[in-house]
Amino acid sequence: MSTQPLLEVDHLKVDFRTDEGLVHAVDDVSFRLGQSEVLAVVGESGSGKSVTAMTLMGLTRSPNARFEGSARLRGQELITASDDELRKLRGKEIAMIFQDPMTSLNPVHRIGKQIVEQIQAHDDVSDAEARDRVVTLLDRVGIPRSRERIDSYPHEFSGGMRQRVMIAMALSCDPGVLIADEPTTALDVTIQAQILREMRDLRERTGTSIILVTHDLGVVADIADRIAVMYSGRIVETGTLDEIFYDPQHPYTWGLLGSIARIDRPRPHRLPSIPGQPPSLIDRPEGCHFRPRCRHEFEDCPKYPELEGRIGQAPGHDDRCWLPVEEKRDRRVVADGQIGLEAEGATA
Amino acid sequence: MARFIVRRLIGMAIVMLVVSFLTFLIFFKIPGGDPADRLAGKYATPGQVAAVEREWGFDKPFWIQYGNMMEKTFTGDLISYTRQDKVVERIIDGAPRTFSLAIGAALIWLVLGVALGLFSALRAGALSDRFLTVLALIGISMPVFWLGALANYYLGYKAGLFPDGGYVPISEGGLWEWFKHMILPWSVLATLFVGVYSRVLRNQVLDTINDDYVRTARAKGISERRVMGRHVLRNSMIPIVTLWGLDFGYVLGGGAILTETVFDLQGVGDYFAESIGALDVPPVMAVVLFGAFFIVLLNGIVDIVYAALDPRIRLS
Ligand SMILES: Nc1ncnc2c1ncn2[C@@H]1O[C@H](COP(=O)(O)OP(=O)(O)O)[C@@H](O)[C@H]1O
Ligand SMILES: [Mg+2]
Repeated sequence: MSTQPLLEVDHLKVDFRTDEGLVHAVDDVSFRLGQSEVLAVVGESGSGKSVTAMTLMGLTRSPNARFEGSARLRGQELITASDDELRKLRGKEIAMIFQDPMTSLNPVHRIGKQIVEQIQAHDDVSDAEARDRVVTLLDRVGIPRSRERIDSYPHEFSGGMRQRVMIAMALSCDPGVLIADEPTTALDVTIQAQILREMRDLRERTGTSIILVTHDLGVVADIADRIAVMYSGRIVETGTLDEIFYDPQHPYTWGLLGSIARIDRPRPHRLPSIPGQPPSLIDRPEGCHFRPRCRHEFEDCPKYPELEGRIGQAPGHDDRCWLPVEEKRDRRVVADGQIGLEAEGATA
Repeated sequence: MARFIVRRLIGMAIVMLVVSFLTFLIFFKIPGGDPADRLAGKYATPGQVAAVEREWGFDKPFWIQYGNMMEKTFTGDLISYTRQDKVVERIIDGAPRTFSLAIGAALIWLVLGVALGLFSALRAGALSDRFLTVLALIGISMPVFWLGALANYYLGYKAGLFPDGGYVPISEGGLWEWFKHMILPWSVLATLFVGVYSRVLRNQVLDTINDDYVRTARAKGISERRVMGRHVLRNSMIPIVTLWGLDFGYVLGGGAILTETVFDLQGVGDYFAESIGALDVPPVMAVVLFGAFFIVLLNGIVDIVYAALDPRIRLS
């Protein structure tokens, strides 16, 4: 990991005005992304992961959206950038892969054309050159017979193949940052593993930094360098892979770890999940947002918890839980020799 | 493709056969529709009527009469019962009038409908969008005969800006005269369709704009213009083109009867209305076949264009 962060996000807030009220989709999110680092953003659905990711590209801009805070890519401010400045960055400096490969490609254009369109938006190259680049890209992401397949339409591909096309498209201009928003959620398990391997190889070869958004901690174990756990619009804990897996500080993280589906063990009948309702983003409890679902609540919890180092000897391992460190270590349940934890009461 | 066309041609023949048969059947059964009475004149003796019946073949069985009529339609020998002139010649004379109306109006309603629909969608919820919504509803609910009569009276007769009705072929009055005579009919006929098309396109665009691939297009860093043109509009146009083909076929086949009548264009639709009123079976049969031909033809073309616009569709 290099020392100079590529992407710095500070106190990012995103609110949406809706008929039901003000939705606080992203609330005081800060993180750093280093050169060729893989950051996994993990959390239940609705926790603001996609909004965070899309806001970096300006894709959440709308008359109903309000933004605060800052996000800088190589020092360039993204939140207040003009639409035109952002357009030049999109696809070139930051590229994004979306969740559903079945609907993310335009059904009426050939896939080659769709990638060429992106290349020619940024680089002044001839059609023939752009096409050659696409063939190379398709080869690189493992699409066989790329010279023929370049003229296929999206519906002629399977879901996994379409996601590879999306990856090829995202990589077409050598972006510094690749955001993958649940890139494998819509795919079946074997394809999931292939796509993740593809992404890992990619980082090795090109040095691209990756933000991997997922609701499944199990997905990130062999690809992420750092993890940010999101809950109700906030990052509640962040640290290296090992720190999060072996010394988790926030009770929400304990719950998430308990609900990992393990490939190396028989699948439980019912995946243990965190009890309680997912939070409303409109009316939120004061202080810690996880309070209503937390069984360790005490008198400090209504105070606003900053995301900060609370352990001392682990810089970069930050969390938002008021519990004293020793107490946390006593209260969580770690099963021996396993990655992760079992949720309390969910051990079978 | 060849197989598709052959199958469509067979289908077309069947449709025309069925439609013509039903039309003939209806007129055969209508009380007071006996053509011999009318052909023989008001004061004819029963003997004269019987003579007419024999001469025109009205004493023959239903099937023979139908067969004769179909044959005459295609040889061009069909004679009207009332005017006793050649039906096919009247249709050939009326067709350019009907086509002038249909082609001009269809182009206007397509262009205006798309332009206003897109404009509305891009300003969804704003005052200009609401204004256009109201305007479209007014356009949709305005009866053609009323709007046409108003336009004809005020803009044509009173203000003298346009000729009040009639048709002038290009070969007689030149392009400008022809055009001047067509402006009001085009506008009146297009009004209804512009209302419908702008609504349909607006809703299509608002639907499409939230599609995932549009977000992908934005994420690529292409210009907003390109996002709207190549991605949003390109996909939103598919149902519009389909709709347009069908409506165009209908109007081309003489379906704009009211417009033709109000502006005295004397096209095929006009002829149809006149013949129905007189229970004059031969022209009714011929015009029905004429209309069915264009409707079925445009249906086939729409299917081909649809498949060309959306690669997921196969011609089969
Ligand atoms: N344009 C929008 N308008 C209003 N609410 C939105 C909008 N986009 C997202 N949200 C809300 O923000 C919250 C976070 O969404 P999202 O970031 O997609 O969650 P996830 O973590 O599952 O990716 C959700 O409750 C969602 O309904
Ligand atoms: Mg999401």
